[in-house]
Amino acid sequence: MATQSAIKTIYQPNDENAILMENVHKWFGSFHVLKDINLTVRKQHKIVICGPSGSGKSTLIRCINRLEEHQQGKIFVDGIELTNNLKQIDRIRSEVGMVFQQFNLFPHLTALENLALAPIWVRKLSKAEAEEQAMKYLERVQIPEQAHKYPGQLSGGQQQRVAIARSLCMNPKIMLFDEPTSALDPEMIKEVLDVMVELAESGMTMIVVTHEMGFARTVADQMIFMDEGELIEQNTPHEFFNNPQNDRTKLFLSQILQH
Amino acid sequence: MVSSEPEKTRFWYNQKVRSIAVQALVLLAIIGFFAFIIINTSQNMKAHGIASGFGFLEQTAGFSISQTLIDYEEADSYGRAFWIGLLNTILISAIGIVFATIIGFFIGIARLSSNWLISRTATAYIEILRNVPLLLQILFWYISVLRALPRTKQSFSLFDTFFLNVRGLYLPKPIFEEGFANILYALLATFVLIIFLTRWAHKRQELTGQQFPVFISSLGLLIVLLLGAAALSGFPMTWDYAVLKGFNFRGGLRVMPEFVAMLFALSLYTAAFIGEIVRAGIMAVSKGQTEASYALGLHPGQTLRLVVIPQALRVIVPPLTSQYLNLTKNSSLAVAIAYPDLVHVFAGTALMQTGQAVEILGITMACYLSLSLFISLLMNWYNRAIALKEK
Amino acid sequence: MTSAFTSEPVKGAELPPPKTEIGVWGWLYHNLFSTWYNSLLTVLSVLLLYWLIPPFVEWAFIKADWVGDSREACSREGACWVFIKVWFGQLMYGRYPIEMRWRINIAYVILAVSILSLFIPKFRHKHWVGLFLFIGFPVIAYFLFVGDSFGLEYVETTRWGGLFLTLVIGILGIVGSLPFGIVLALGRRSEMPVIRTLSVAFIELWRGVPLITVLFMSSVMFPLFMPEGVNFDKLARAIGGVMLFSSAYMAEVVRGGLQGIPKGQYEAAKALGLGYWRMMGLIVMPQALRIVIPGIVSTFIGVFKDTTLVLIIGLFDFLGMSQAAITNVNWLGFSTESYVFTAVGFWIFCFGMSRYSMAVERKMHVAYKK
Repeated sequence: MATQSAIKTIYQPNDENAILMENVHKWFGSFHVLKDINLTVRKQHKIVICGPSGSGKSTLIRCINRLEEHQQGKIFVDGIELTNNLKQIDRIRSEVGMVFQQFNLFPHLTALENLALAPIWVRKLSKAEAEEQAMKYLERVQIPEQAHKYPGQLSGGQQQRVAIARSLCMNPKIMLFDEPTSALDPEMIKEVLDVMVELAESGMTMIVVTHEMGFARTVADQMIFMDEGELIEQNTPHEFFNNPQNDRTKLFLSQILQH
Repeated sequence: MVSSEPEKTRFWYNQKVRSIAVQALVLLAIIGFFAFIIINTSQNMKAHGIASGFGFLEQTAGFSISQTLIDYEEADSYGRAFWIGLLNTILISAIGIVFATIIGFFIGIARLSSNWLISRTATAYIEILRNVPLLLQILFWYISVLRALPRTKQSFSLFDTFFLNVRGLYLPKPIFEEGFANILYALLATFVLIIFLTRWAHKRQELTGQQFPVFISSLGLLIVLLLGAAALSGFPMTWDYAVLKGFNFRGGLRVMPEFVAMLFALSLYTAAFIGEIVRAGIMAVSKGQTEASYALGLHPGQTLRLVVIPQALRVIVPPLTSQYLNLTKNSSLAVAIAYPDLVHVFAGTALMQTGQAVEILGITMACYLSLSLFISLLMNWYNRAIALKEK
Repeated sequence: MTSAFTSEPVKGAELPPPKTEIGVWGWLYHNLFSTWYNSLLTVLSVLLLYWLIPPFVEWAFIKADWVGDSREACSREGACWVFIKVWFGQLMYGRYPIEMRWRINIAYVILAVSILSLFIPKFRHKHWVGLFLFIGFPVIAYFLFVGDSFGLEYVETTRWGGLFLTLVIGILGIVGSLPFGIVLALGRRSEMPVIRTLSVAFIELWRGVPLITVLFMSSVMFPLFMPEGVNFDKLARAIGGVMLFSSAYMAEVVRGGLQGIPKGQYEAAKALGLGYWRMMGLIVMPQALRIVIPGIVSTFIGVFKDTTLVLIIGLFDFLGMSQAAITNVNWLGFSTESYVFTAVGFWIFCFGMSRYSMAVERKMHVAYKK
């Protein structure tokens, strides 16, 4: 396989990197959304990305599981390069879980069916196995009693926890979170963050787009600030919050930490 | 002024009294109206020497009908003519629904295509077809297109098998010979097998997770078994081709131009509405749903089957059913080009001959009405069954 | 650990977008040729359009005959619009006496002026104009069209026809169905069982049968219903049928709007001490009708298209007149021209109405968001 050997020359699949992005560019029409992104995410690391709205944060993580297509540069996920090869996209998608701002649960299926769907059809588990595993994850996000309810019958926080459990059912190596608490009422944010902290402590590789700075301080290994499609600043949380280097980072932090 | 006694209210200020009084009045008015009509009608009918009652259904109709699905002769009764008309209505509606659905889904999906040219063409189709009266379209297809076709001698032909001319569309007619029943049995057996196969595959997937290509194997099964049965019984079906003999075609199956015109107009017109319904249904499934499905690793095909279609159908089916009803009711426009449907045969010819307007229009309207009510009952039941559960 | 932070603007950040993203190429790529099957679809639809449009343009414009006033002017190589020219008067006015067509034109002018005045943003007396359109205008139009008073000569309705008759039936059907539909919708939601049952029965009866049977009823059955000697004009009966039929559909549209009004509105109105009719008239109906404007307009479009059915009971509306023209023995063979012209006529009205309702809908969307 030509592509496989091509990968090896640049990047060793069995090293410690979960995600590698090299000189990635993306345009929507003539709008340059991602400008020369270089990013390395080590296995088991937690990266928190923040930045003003429209800065390209969501687009960046959506490129990782190919919900958006980048036009220049290279992206490797777990040693596999993202190209137009559908087989590789499938492999990457089944190893990368994603949690959306709007939950995106399937409204016509119960919570349990939402969790079991992909394991049955992609992992080819039996229904019993899939449901057993689904119950395990529902317990992990602490809502086993809601298993047979439909998404419309759950609160926002419960829906988001079901959505997290749904991704975990595929046993992903990497989890992407796209503003997971932005659509939630304030009293429900904590229950979702608790689940995410627990997940972080279990050693999952995570990339989280969020403005929850408390969460970032607790779990992040690296903080990234993005603005106008560029990675402006990347540092450890301690340095990032106490000693930001770039003016734009400073301004953003002062705005966001005020309230 | 202080009064401990409750103020004496006049009885018509009492809410209940008033409600009953109003209802009684309305009821009286309605009864009076109907009495007025009934008395007038019976007097008028007597004066004009029009018979009443349903006895005419037994009488000889005495007119011929150009398309009959079951045997019918001029000597048959009005009752028989009624059934002929009803069957013709059902025939045109059923075939129209099939075509309208296929074209409509095609148009609806084309409207959502990322291909600019395709989506614009579909939009143009919808905007043109649904903003021009159906009756005009029926007349156009019948008079401007089908009536302008060449005569028999110059027929358009396709593979010398299908012929189209001013007298209609000629198709090969299947002739069933002895032993054809075997094929029907084989077909039945295949369906039973496919049902079992589907159940088995579903069960196995539930138990072991292994998937089985049900569709492909069912198709294979169907072809193999049908061909096998046909070969064993010596291919017991032949086609009777239409052949030009002298001035006319002999044999084959002639589809009258009135039918073709109705079919074209009804299915193309309704397809424009169905296209809009399908588009709206698919659009109602948010982009987030497909993205979530992709992010879980489901393929586009699986996403469509497991996530998009089940949700889109909830939105599509109710208005789709009402389009089916509209098509059926619109098939009554056949009377304008003399396609022998229920309205033309029964509310047209039979009414003119017997003059029993009340009975005949009553029966005709009752036919359409019961169909509508039946479908809307079905629809309400379906809606309740599939409604998304919310708090 | 890599702690590479980049505070300087990155090199290559100002790269120009790739060709597939911008300009003509970007547009073509994204809209027509993004994948191989997309390209195939593009080619197929170009072929289809090539097969349809140039022949039509050639027939309708390039090879068409435009000048002349008799059948001899038609070369028969393309469309013969002379046919339409000759029949234009009848297609517009039917057999209404030529020297009296000005009466219809005056009504058109009054109608157009009053409708246009509704679109002037600064004009303040819109409700008066609305009232005039619903009540005053029909009365004036009646005297203009029928005549027989104010020194105007009497014109029988059997001479009415063409687009004029279509508009008369359509507008009266529409104007009549709205108030009747509102009453029926209120009846259907009434708390009185008799009223509710009667409304439901009425609505479902008319919605369940085809319009043509209703028109047959009006033309064959209705005379039987009336006492000896009482006779209604055929046109009036047809209009009555269209009104009854469309009011049932209108009732369902209005009911949809009533269901969209939150309970709080009713409660607030009752708390203010408003009785049933004031509550409905001042609080609920204005909101409900505003929500369902698109539904009302699409019912209007339906009624307007359905007016063509009157040709089956022997009235000469726009389509009926065009049908009469093509069956005239001196002008056989011009059915396509006639249908295309009539279709364009209907299309302009229906498409215009649907665009108007879409514009209203969009405006409402914006208003509700804020």
